[in-house]
Parts: sequence; C-alpha cells; structure tokens
Amino acid sequence: MAASLFIVFLASAISPLLVYFLRTRASYFLALVPLSIFVLYLHYLQRLHDGSPLLETIHWIQSFGVHLQFRLDGLALLFLLLIAGIGTLIVLYAGSYLAGHPHLGRFYAILFLFMGAMLGLVASENLIALFVFWELTSLSSYLLVGFDYRKKEARAAALQALLVTFTGGQALLVAFLILASLTDSFSFTQILEKKIQIQQNPSYIILVLLVLTGAFTKSAQTPFHFWLPGAMAAPTPVSAYLHSATMVTAGVFLLARLTPLLGGTHLWAWSLTSFGLLTMLTGSILAIGQTDLKRLLAYTTVAALGTMTMLLGLGTPLAAKAAIAFLLVHSLYKGALFMVAGAVDHETHTRDVRDLGGLIRHMPITAIASGLAALAMCGVPPVLGFISKELIYEAKLEFGQIGWFFAILGVIANALVVAVALIVGIRPFLGFPLHTPKHPHEAPFPLWFGPLILALLGLLFGIVPPLVEQTIIKPAVVAVVGDTIKVKLSLWHGFTPMLVLSFVTLLLGFCFFRMREKFRLARETLTPLRYYGPESLYSCIINHWLPSIASLQTRILQHGYLRYYVLSIIAAAALAVAAGLSRISLPGTWFTWRSFEWWEVLLCAAIFLAGFAAILTSGRITSVVLLGIIGYTISLIFALYGAPDLALTQFLVETLTLILLVLVLYRLPKAKSLSSKASRLRDALLSLAFGFAITLLVLKSLYIPHDTKLPDFFVQNSPIAQGRNVVNVILVDFRALDTLGEITVLGISAVGVWAVLSFIRKKSSSASASQKNSSPASFEQ
Amino acid sequence: MNSLLLQVCARITSPLQIILSLILLLRGHNEPGGGFIGGLVAAAGIILYGFAFGFHRALCLLPLPPISFIAIGLLLAAFSGIPALLAGQPYLTGLWPNLSIPTFLAGNLKPGTPLFFDLGVYFSVFGTVLLMLETSTKNENSP
Repeated sequence: MAASLFIVFLASAISPLLVYFLRTRASYFLALVPLSIFVLYLHYLQRLHDGSPLLETIHWIQSFGVHLQFRLDGLALLFLLLIAGIGTLIVLYAGSYLAGHPHLGRFYAILFLFMGAMLGLVASENLIALFVFWELTSLSSYLLVGFDYRKKEARAAALQALLVTFTGGQALLVAFLILASLTDSFSFTQILEKKIQIQQNPSYIILVLLVLTGAFTKSAQTPFHFWLPGAMAAPTPVSAYLHSATMVTAGVFLLARLTPLLGGTHLWAWSLTSFGLLTMLTGSILAIGQTDLKRLLAYTTVAALGTMTMLLGLGTPLAAKAAIAFLLVHSLYKGALFMVAGAVDHETHTRDVRDLGGLIRHMPITAIASGLAALAMCGVPPVLGFISKELIYEAKLEFGQIGWFFAILGVIANALVVAVALIVGIRPFLGFPLHTPKHPHEAPFPLWFGPLILALLGLLFGIVPPLVEQTIIKPAVVAVVGDTIKVKLSLWHGFTPMLVLSFVTLLLGFCFFRMREKFRLARETLTPLRYYGPESLYSCIINHWLPSIASLQTRILQHGYLRYYVLSIIAAAALAVAAGLSRISLPGTWFTWRSFEWWEVLLCAAIFLAGFAAILTSGRITSVVLLGIIGYTISLIFALYGAPDLALTQFLVETLTLILLVLVLYRLPKAKSLSSKASRLRDALLSLAFGFAITLLVLKSLYIPHDTKLPDFFVQNSPIAQGRNVVNVILVDFRALDTLGEITVLGISAVGVWAVLSFIRKKSSSASASQKNSSPASFEQ
Repeated sequence: MNSLLLQVCARITSPLQIILSLILLLRGHNEPGGGFIGGLVAAAGIILYGFAFGFHRALCLLPLPPISFIAIGLLLAAFSGIPALLAGQPYLTGLWPNLSIPTFLAGNLKPGTPLFFDLGVYFSVFGTVLLMLETSTKNENSP
C-alpha cells in the first residue's frame, strides 16, 4: 500500500517534467501508474476471501501513536479499485481534453496528488493519517477547481469548496481526538473494540454531530450541497473524477467506515436517513430545471450521495448491500456521463442542452457510451443500475409503513433523475442536428474510450452479476455491516413490489422528461428563493461577517503603535511570570542575605547608576550607550562566574546592538518630550512591576531544587560528541535542530527587515524624488 | 568620519578580527568560542572597517552580498545533517571521520559534521548582522 502511494506521489512530482518533454503523449505513460495499481488491487481481492482485513504499518510519529497504518478490507478495496480504475481513464482523457494546454503538467501534478491522497484516505487505519489524507483531498480539489485561475468564478468556486470542506475537516479532527481520548488509540481496529464504551459515553452525541459535519460537507449533503455545482468550474476531467466518482464519495466512505463503530443507534439512523432523504430530494429537484450539461449532472450527484447516506442510515444488511451496489453503479455511470459531457463540449463548444441535438450522426461511439450510461442511470434492465435500484426499493420496503413513505419519496427523486438522464445522456444525440458553435466530429480516442469502458462495465455487470457480487460487493458489505452475510444479485426477482416501483419510476421519469420546459420555467420564476438558501448564508458570512470581524480584531490587536505593542508584550510577560511564580511554594527560608565581595557591589552600582541615568537622560544615543553599559556589566558578571562563552556572546551582541542602534537612531530627529505625565506614570509602574517579577523569578529559581539529570547527561556525553566545551557541543550537536531553527529565524528576520525597509525606501524615493536627502548626513564619506 | 588614526587601526585590526573569528570558530568545540561568537566577531571586523572607510566600501570588500552569506550558512547547516541520514542515524547526528588536521592556532582540528554545522551558524550570523548593517546604512543618494 505504501509503495503504491509512493509511486502515485512520485508521478505527481515528475509529471510536469514528463509533460514538458513528451507533451500530450505523456498521458499514456502516466496512465500506467493508476493502471498498475488497479491490477495490483485486483490481485488483493482474492486474498480477501477469508474476510479479515490486511494490515500494514509504517511507523511515523511513534511518540504520538500516529502511524501510516493501512487497512485493506472490502470497503477500502472497492474504493481503491474505483479510484485507480477510473483514474486511469481520467488520466488518458485529460491528456486529450487538455491537449496543448500550457499548464497540463501542473494539472497532472495536482491530479496525482489528489489520487494519492484519496488512495491513502480510503486505506487508512490510523485516524490521524486518515485526517491528513482527508484534508489533502480538499486541498488538491481546491487547486483543481481553481485550475483555470484567471477566471474569477473558478477562484470563487474553488474557495467555496475549500472553505466548506475544510470546515468539515476541522470538525472531523475534533471527532477523532475525542475518539482517541476515549480509547487511548488512533487505530481504527483498536477503537472498534471499545464500541460499547463509546456509544454509552455522554460525548457520543457530540461525536456523531462532528463526524456528520465532516462527512456531510465532503459529500455535499443539504445544507452544504451548494458547493458541488459550483465546483463544476473545474475542467471536465476533474468533475468526472473528483466531483462524481471519488472525492465526494469520501464522505459516504467515512460514514460507511464508521457505521460499525457509531451506527446502530437512533441518533445515527435518523440523522443519516433524514439528511439523506432531504439531500436526495433537493438534488433531484434542483437538477431538473438546469440546462447546462455539467450542472445537470452535478445536482444528480448530490441526489445520489443523498441516497447513499440514507441507505447507510437504514443500517440493515440489505440497505448496506444496496448502498454499496449503488455506489459502484453510480461511479461507473456518472464518471462516464461527465466524460461524455466533456467530449460533447469539446466537439461542439457548448454545454447547453437546448442547443444540442442529433449528435449521433457525428459522434456515434460517444453516443453509444452515453446511451448505455444513461440507461444505467435510469435503472433499465439489464444494466447493473436496474439491480441496484431494485435493491434500494427492497431495502426501504423492509421497514413497513415508513418504508413505503421512503420508497415513494425515492420514486419521485428517481423519476427526476431518470428525466435528467434522458436530458443529458439521450436527448443531445437524437432528433434534428442543431447548429452549434463548432461543427461536431467524433471525439478523439481517449475522449470516448473512458466513457465507453465504464458504460460497458455497467452493462456487463448487469448481465453477469456474479462478476462483482462475491468479489467486490460482498467484502465491502461485510466491512460495513460487520459480519458475514449472503450477497446475491440477480436481474429477475419475479413480480414484486420493487418491480412495480421500478416501472412506475421509469414511466414517471419519462413524463417529467416531456415536461422539462415547464421545470425550466419554474426554476427561473423560483430563482429569487435562492436568497433564502444556504449559499446566500455562505456568501453573507464570507463577504460581510468575516471582513467585519477581521477588521474589528485588527483594529484592537494590530493598531500599529509600537509603544503599545511593547506595552502589551511587557504587561503580558509580567503577568505570566507572576502567575507562574504564585503556583510555586517554597520553604520559608528561601531568601537569605550573605556577605558581598567588593567587586559585586561595584558591578551592581554600575548597573544601577547606568539604569537611572538612562531613564533621566533626554538624548537617544546617550540612553542607548547607558543601556550598553548595563549589558557590558552583565557580561562581566558572566565572566566572573565562570561562563566565558556566555560572557563573550553577551559582550559581542551588546557591541553590535549598540552600533546598529546608533546607526538607526542617528537618522531620527531630536527627541522631544511628547508623552503626558499620566502615561509616564503608567509606563514607570509597568516597568517596576516587570522588573520586580523578573527579579523574583531569578531569586526563586536559585532556590528551586533543579533537576540535574540533563546537565549531567550533557557533561558525561560531550566527550562522545568529541568536544570539551559543553555549551558549544549542546549548540551544534545535542540540540543542533534547535540551533538550526534559531539561525533560520535570525536569517529570516534580517531578510524581513531588509525587505520592508527597501520597500519603504523605494516608495518614499519615488513619492518624493524632489525632497531627497531629507535625512541627516550619513556615515558615508 | 575621516580619521587617520581610525583608518590605520582598522587596516590592521579588521583582518586580525577576521582571523580571530576563524580561530574562535575552529576551537569552539573544546574552548570558549564557536560559530555564533565567531560570526559576530567577523561582522564586528567588517563594521570597524566600515566606520573608518565607509560602510559601502566595507561591504564591497566582501565577495558576496550579505544576504548570500545567510543563504550559504543556512544551507550549510541544513545539509550538514544529511550524512547522518545516509548513515541511517537521526538527522543532524554528529559524525566524526577518523581524521585530525593540525592547525597552528586552534589546536588539532577534527572535521566532523558538527564543524560544518558550526560553519553554517558562523556564516548565517555574519550575514544577518551585515544585512542589518547594510539596511540601516544604505543611503538613497549613494549607488
């Protein structure tokens, strides 16, 4: 597993180079990567027959229990196969679809990044690793949606997708941390063993809500459904891959993965079922009025994700079976139809269904692929889509009266989906040829190859269900339900209520199809209702609330007055020290006087005098020099008490600080007394408090019995590090990483000062070219 | 600031300071000294020269602009940890080849990876101080 992830990420890194040298032909080589992974996991399928998941661990951050731990069970394998299989076709497809695009290399880099993230996500056993991959899919999806970054709407859609999915990601992280705190483990297998303990814990409700937020945002469940149609701003290969077949099903994957752990309660069942039903209806109702091919498909994806969520909520083995079968079917036909939509767009330069007709004459192969995929979407026998639809109805009808209610809602939603399938998959290819911006031809091979393969697979699995029922669907269902069950798929069940429902769905769907103009009109008249939808809430938050909160807190925290920054830093430090000291209790005799050496008195007197003089003087340079005296005196103290390195460093730093300060202060105008008496009093009091706190800290720290383990370790081990100067050995060997960080900070701050000052200088010199040389003479000769 | 006395002094002491800084750097592992102190001393040498002859001229003496010294130093320090990785040990573990090079001023020198790390510290500190110097003394009028 780790090896295949590595290969995918490697492909992401080298794909720009490959595209640079091979141009579009690179896609054939790159397609080999997911293809080989697909073949690899086909082999794994046979090893899964005994039902126990295969585990693989690579230690990552051992001290936190975070590992790259992979769990290959039926559910993971189903997703892995879908991701790698459809990924192969998409890589081929994109090479042709974006042929000659200047950023094709970048596109592949992000696409493979996404693919790797997705593969890691579905195979993760460790929850933190899962979260990392989860966020990585959101991030790469953001980059892909905003791929056409010159378009404003693409950027807005990308940001919207990112913010919505990241919100869910944060919720998910909190949920995982709660899980870990309840069970002391991030490993899914170990957490699963403590299922009862988790479900009886009072935080179970919060846990479920957080997980649902994560899954619902990712899988575009109402009320978060709005980002998915917006994400259609992405190039079509991305829509086909991310927003239909893989990424959006990550939420469903998560729900399926966690069902054995969190499922089986009323809360879980009811929230999944009701949100699923709501999403199913929202998606299908919003879909029918659209006219853009991709948006039509996007809303039906929302509906399909709702259906899957609802089925997982029902929770019976039959429902799980239906959910898994439907997931497979949906990925196949939706991927195919998206690719067809892209091919049509590529050949005619329009995606408006009202402008398309009679394309079968020009694009026969695409038409076949599209027609087969549309049949799967409608659920017409003998395609696999029919079997899954029967299963869905059967799963609903198990629940008696309420089941019938669900089934009727399902019939309405499915009928709308059927109508969309006819609009998208069949109608553009039949009828009279209409005039399009570009005269259509058959699409090049990679553009029809992908959809044709997917559509034919749907047909093949429908005619010969044993191909998938035992090998793919059963292990996945077992992973969701938790114990072994019988899985049998067949086209013909006899005359059952399900058959009637299927028939009614198709009939109703055809009626809706005939009424499509009315739906479009209705959509236009109802458009003002969007104002009350969740999307306007989103834009209100982004455009009004967020900026006003941000500007409010900036006004309070980032006021731009250096003196108040210093003030708040010192006040906070003093408070922190005081708070820390108050928690340390010491024996009554912690402070005792002892006799002084004469030079100690001398040094202290020098510090005191210099300090007072620095306060009282009005010259800037004088006060800096006086402060320098304090610094030198302190370095003398270091030297006297046997810390030569410290003394030397302090001495040098003091010197250089003095020089730099003088060089800067020299340019400032003469100091004037501007502050009021009150503010001076405030500053004096604060300084006194700070000094008092630090003094107390130093005094107390002398009397706290300190741990000698660390100094002893350093002294004993510095010969191993080939050095006698312990201070330096600590700096460059024991704590070298800290030092590396410190010099990096040092360098970056210097570069930052340099950049800011050169920027200001450039600005002021261009603004006032005539008023040059307003600063006092420099040190230059 | 055209002081003959300072100029004569700086001509002699500035190179001495650079040499001294190298001695401090090399002996740092066993005696007081090290990359940080060495870098500061070296920078102080350049600054002294700058007070005598002008900072622009002092900075022109350097083979590279200060910002490049920072980059070289950081890279040197970061890369000095790589050999340990190749040897299968944690990043930045000190490796000491069995070598000893006699130097006349700083005792026998063992070229371990921490020495290169220290050299990186030396360069980045040197570059940081001089970059600050360059920033605060750069005059709009001078080229």
